[in-house]
Amino acid sequence: MAIWFSRSRNIVFSLRHNLNLSGILIKRDYSPRPAFTNSQLSSKSVCLDSFTSLRHESTAVEKQLDLVQQSDEEDPQELNFPGGKVGYTSEMKFIPESSSLRVPCYRVLDEDGRIISNSDYIPVSEKLAVRMYEHMATLQVMDHIFYEAQRQGRISFFITAVGEEAINIASAAALSPDDVVLPQYREPGVLLWRGFTLQEFANQCFGNKADRGKGRQMPVHYGSNRHNFFTVSSPIATQLPQAAGVGYSLKMEKKNACAVTFIGDGGTSEGDFHAGLNFAAVMEAPVVFICRNNGWAISTHISEQFRSDGIVVKGQAYGIRSIRVDGNDALAVYSAVRSAREMAVKEQRPVLIEAMTYRVGHHSTSDDSTKYRAADEIQYWKMSRNPVNRFRKWVEDNGWWSEEDESKIRSNARKQILQAIQAAEKWDKPPLTELFSDVYDVKPKNLEEQELGLKELVEKQPQDYPPGFQI
Amino acid sequence: MWGILRRSAVDGGGFSASSLRRTRSALVSARSYASGSKEMTVRDALNSAIDEEMSADPKVFVMGEEVGQYQGAYKITKGLLEKYGPERVYDTPITEAGFTGIGVGAAYAGLKPVVEFMTFNFSMQAIDHIINSAAKSNYMSAGQINVPIVFRGPNGAAAGVGAQHSQCYAAWYASVPGLKVLAPYSAEDARGLLKAAIRDPDPVVFLENELLYGESFPISEEALDSSFCLPIGKAKIEREGKDVTITTFSKMVGFALKAAEKLAEEGISAEVINLRSIRPLDRATINASVRKTSRLVTVEEGFPQHGVCAEICASVVEESFSYLDAPVERIAGADVPMPYAANLERLALPQVEDIVRAAKRACYRSK
Repeated sequence: MAIWFSRSRNIVFSLRHNLNLSGILIKRDYSPRPAFTNSQLSSKSVCLDSFTSLRHESTAVEKQLDLVQQSDEEDPQELNFPGGKVGYTSEMKFIPESSSLRVPCYRVLDEDGRIISNSDYIPVSEKLAVRMYEHMATLQVMDHIFYEAQRQGRISFFITAVGEEAINIASAAALSPDDVVLPQYREPGVLLWRGFTLQEFANQCFGNKADRGKGRQMPVHYGSNRHNFFTVSSPIATQLPQAAGVGYSLKMEKKNACAVTFIGDGGTSEGDFHAGLNFAAVMEAPVVFICRNNGWAISTHISEQFRSDGIVVKGQAYGIRSIRVDGNDALAVYSAVRSAREMAVKEQRPVLIEAMTYRVGHHSTSDDSTKYRAADEIQYWKMSRNPVNRFRKWVEDNGWWSEEDESKIRSNARKQILQAIQAAEKWDKPPLTELFSDVYDVKPKNLEEQELGLKELVEKQPQDYPPGFQI
Repeated sequence: MWGILRRSAVDGGGFSASSLRRTRSALVSARSYASGSKEMTVRDALNSAIDEEMSADPKVFVMGEEVGQYQGAYKITKGLLEKYGPERVYDTPITEAGFTGIGVGAAYAGLKPVVEFMTFNFSMQAIDHIINSAAKSNYMSAGQINVPIVFRGPNGAAAGVGAQHSQCYAAWYASVPGLKVLAPYSAEDARGLLKAAIRDPDPVVFLENELLYGESFPISEEALDSSFCLPIGKAKIEREGKDVTITTFSKMVGFALKAAEKLAEEGISAEVINLRSIRPLDRATINASVRKTSRLVTVEEGFPQHGVCAEICASVVEESFSYLDAPVERIAGADVPMPYAANLERLALPQVEDIVRAAKRACYRSK
């Protein structure tokens, strides 16, 4: 099917070395597991059999989980504890808080948009690559114009995804439309890819009557069940255990789909991160957790957020396969997400992807990040480490894109978005009756009465309400 | 330590539970139920309701701590694991935030979870998922995401379990639009309301009472039928009367009925309303009753400020002011975290005598 990772063995060997497991007797046999091919895994799934058997059986008898392989120089005796056999050592050694080498980052394109030789990656056709690039460029234009619109006071609030266009579009491109997405709030590109129109984005931001969200939410809190994209929810990280629940539901109904959920580096500090990942692993739910490690949580730098080597190392703590990827490399993101998705669905397990990137924009329009970080740091990432430019170079080098195409897509996008905003701004806000609907499945009597009461009031005192106020 | 507390609560230890049971048998004959000679405990009623709904709809599943192999912390889910298997009766790790979030996510995706909290006091660790996700999603998504989930578990005071295991959350949850909040009293209530909750497409908070689990109530043939269901939003008049209206819910219904007996001996005919549904509140039944009796005594176990009783008083004053012959009377738990010592605990909760005194005050028969 795809070009699988032959390099992974190297990556994991260094992982094992890096985590300094040699000091610990509990040596996990990594050689079968990290080779992410199904055939290899099924033949070497001995270590995992006990995990994957029914929980019902596991509760009946204490399991003998034979995970341990002794190294040659250790005493081959083992201790029996709940959770399985464990070797022992008389040498007191603490696992170090961090390894000397950080987990390396998977990347395919270099900064000049050239494929690094001997890269493992899933090839992308011209049609797909061009579509991906067009969406990345459109997202850039959209972010810029909506941000300006907020600055002009036309919308109340906006969040941009500047610097994270590769994560947004490449991940969306790697998923199937049946995969259910539970976003955080910096992933409008996923919705854009799936077919949410620029007009629909504008309608949501203006909260007008054409908004499918009926003006219920503040800007950027998009959602569309037609596109399998759950409405953005403000409390951080709540989507993680919910994604495990969605994954469980897909598993129970045996669907060929997985749940995909996004979180930032800051969100991984929430209790829900622990609960969501732990649970997804225990339930063996098909969930892909994508962490956008962009270095900043509003003004909190990652050095103040956690002391681990990023988020990727946390996956193993939950028994979840994980990978660190260069989030500004569209091809790497595409390959990683596509593979993770296949693993999640075929093997019914969660997968964690840490996409390294940089939040070029402010946290939101309510933030001025120059107050807490250097302006030239922002410039550097914006100009020299720009994911859109990098991918464009690759697409152009392949002869699939030209200067002409570039100016056409940008001017078209700009025109469409401006028109969408102008239209959305003019349209009426939702009628009064939408104040009272959707609280419950069926409108209860007390709300019907309140709606009637309000209608009568507006009719009786029209001078207290704006002209043309719609009921 | 919690294990010990839990076990003593399951055994019904503590004096208020046993005194309740003694007086219960005296009342059974006096109660005007449908003519069923069968009796059922609230525990069995809940168990049978969940069992029947799981059998009828494969999307229904149960999740919570100890619900599976342990047969339920209070044995409410007894036998379900054997019958339906570990995928539909899911023992969760200890994380209310986790399993509540997962339940909400599963409901988003179309399953019908019944999430058990070992006590609603622990739901505090998950309240964001309940309020900000479950309650508000249908509205925020303009009807695209509905959440057919039931949160159930014991609520309110038990016996000798202290402050962090005794709070009543009826007022907290009932203040949130988007949720439905139910509080059964009898076995028939438990069966009918839980079945209605599971079938309902909106999120429902189902507040049980630990001390009522072991109580036996007569139950009609109709209530034993698997299609039995009670309407959400309708209160039940447990005892008709003409002098004073007493409204309450959950365990206090039993106390109110006892108080009504005592009042009857003194010539005061009390009408006892079992609210059954805190949100939506059956204002129509309450107000109709007050317009008949002209006097209101409203009782709850929870803290007094911003309580369920406060809402009922406001509703009656707004809608039936000219019918009132006396100021409305409110009886609630003491405005203190629940103490542990048995004597203090008794003082912190409404007792039958409090209800009797309040009713007499409303009837101008005492100070």
